[in-house]
Amino acid sequence: MFKSIQFSSFGDFVEMGGYAFNVWSVYALFLLFFCINLYFPILKRKQIIREQKRRLLFNRERVSTGSKLSNNEMDKNDS
Amino acid sequence: MWLWFSKLGSPKWFYELSGKWLPWLVAGMSLLLIVGIIWALLFVPPDYQQGNTIRIMYVHVPFASISLAFFPLMAVAGTITLVWRMKLADMVAKTAAPLGAWFTALALASGSIWGSDIWGTWWIWDGRLTSMLLQFFLLVGVISLRSALEDADAAAKACAVLSIVGCINVFVIKYSVDWWNTLHQPSGSFSLSDEAPNPPEVWVPLVIMIVAVYLFFVVSLILSTRNEILERERRSQWVQELIEAN
Repeated sequence: MFKSIQFSSFGDFVEMGGYAFNVWSVYALFLLFFCINLYFPILKRKQIIREQKRRLLFNRERVSTGSKLSNNEMDKNDS
Repeated sequence: MWLWFSKLGSPKWFYELSGKWLPWLVAGMSLLLIVGIIWALLFVPPDYQQGNTIRIMYVHVPFASISLAFFPLMAVAGTITLVWRMKLADMVAKTAAPLGAWFTALALASGSIWGSDIWGTWWIWDGRLTSMLLQFFLLVGVISLRSALEDADAAAKACAVLSIVGCINVFVIKYSVDWWNTLHQPSGSFSLSDEAPNPPEVWVPLVIMIVAVYLFFVVSLILSTRNEILERERRSQWVQELIEAN
């Protein structure tokens, strides 16, 4: 089941028996896709937390200054 | 059973549980991906007809197979939304649609690059290819439908119905290679014998890559669903406490 490495040299490996473009472009797309799909959700999570922290602080200030603006109204103002 | 079901529907419960699972899923995915990619690129023997382009199969097949799972997943989530109005199900359905479009696009692109040399053409209106393209457009349709409707409740219902109807296309994709005998080959058979057309040295790394890509799908779905939970549940006590602790 386990075969040895199929290429005799590094140059041979890069060349992929004449199919370098096809093989490497698919693996490059795969890697790019993989990074994008993990990076953006993580970035978005940070944005959401930052945004909601701001919202919470804003609301707390409102409460301490005695304003009657509710949470819901705050949401409406934001959007 | 019902207790479990209602618990599962609670976004808080899902958020906490998925937070515990994520590190393990990421670890398993990374390990399998590294092993799978090294095996596929270095150790798999070149095909007697296709040469080294056979290495494309280890990206194309996992993505093509998982992209068939999106419509059934969205249909199940949609049914739960319609019948039990479970919030979490709609959140999963919403995050699955763009992810599915990405997976389908990568399956199409990798297949096209593979075909450009083996078939001598980048594209042909073959049954499998056309039905896959249709799935891509259907997913784009589901995404636009949700963003077009302002009322979140109506959007959830409309998307649920479209997802259930869209499942028909999954059968067309699945059986297209048997119904229309054009360019795309049918699924191969696997055998444990070393003399078979698909010996273990070919399919074992494929199975590793399939499991790795499935884990990747689960990880990205969990990540986006957790974001969706934080946004939609922002007024609940537990999210506010979580935000403050962060």
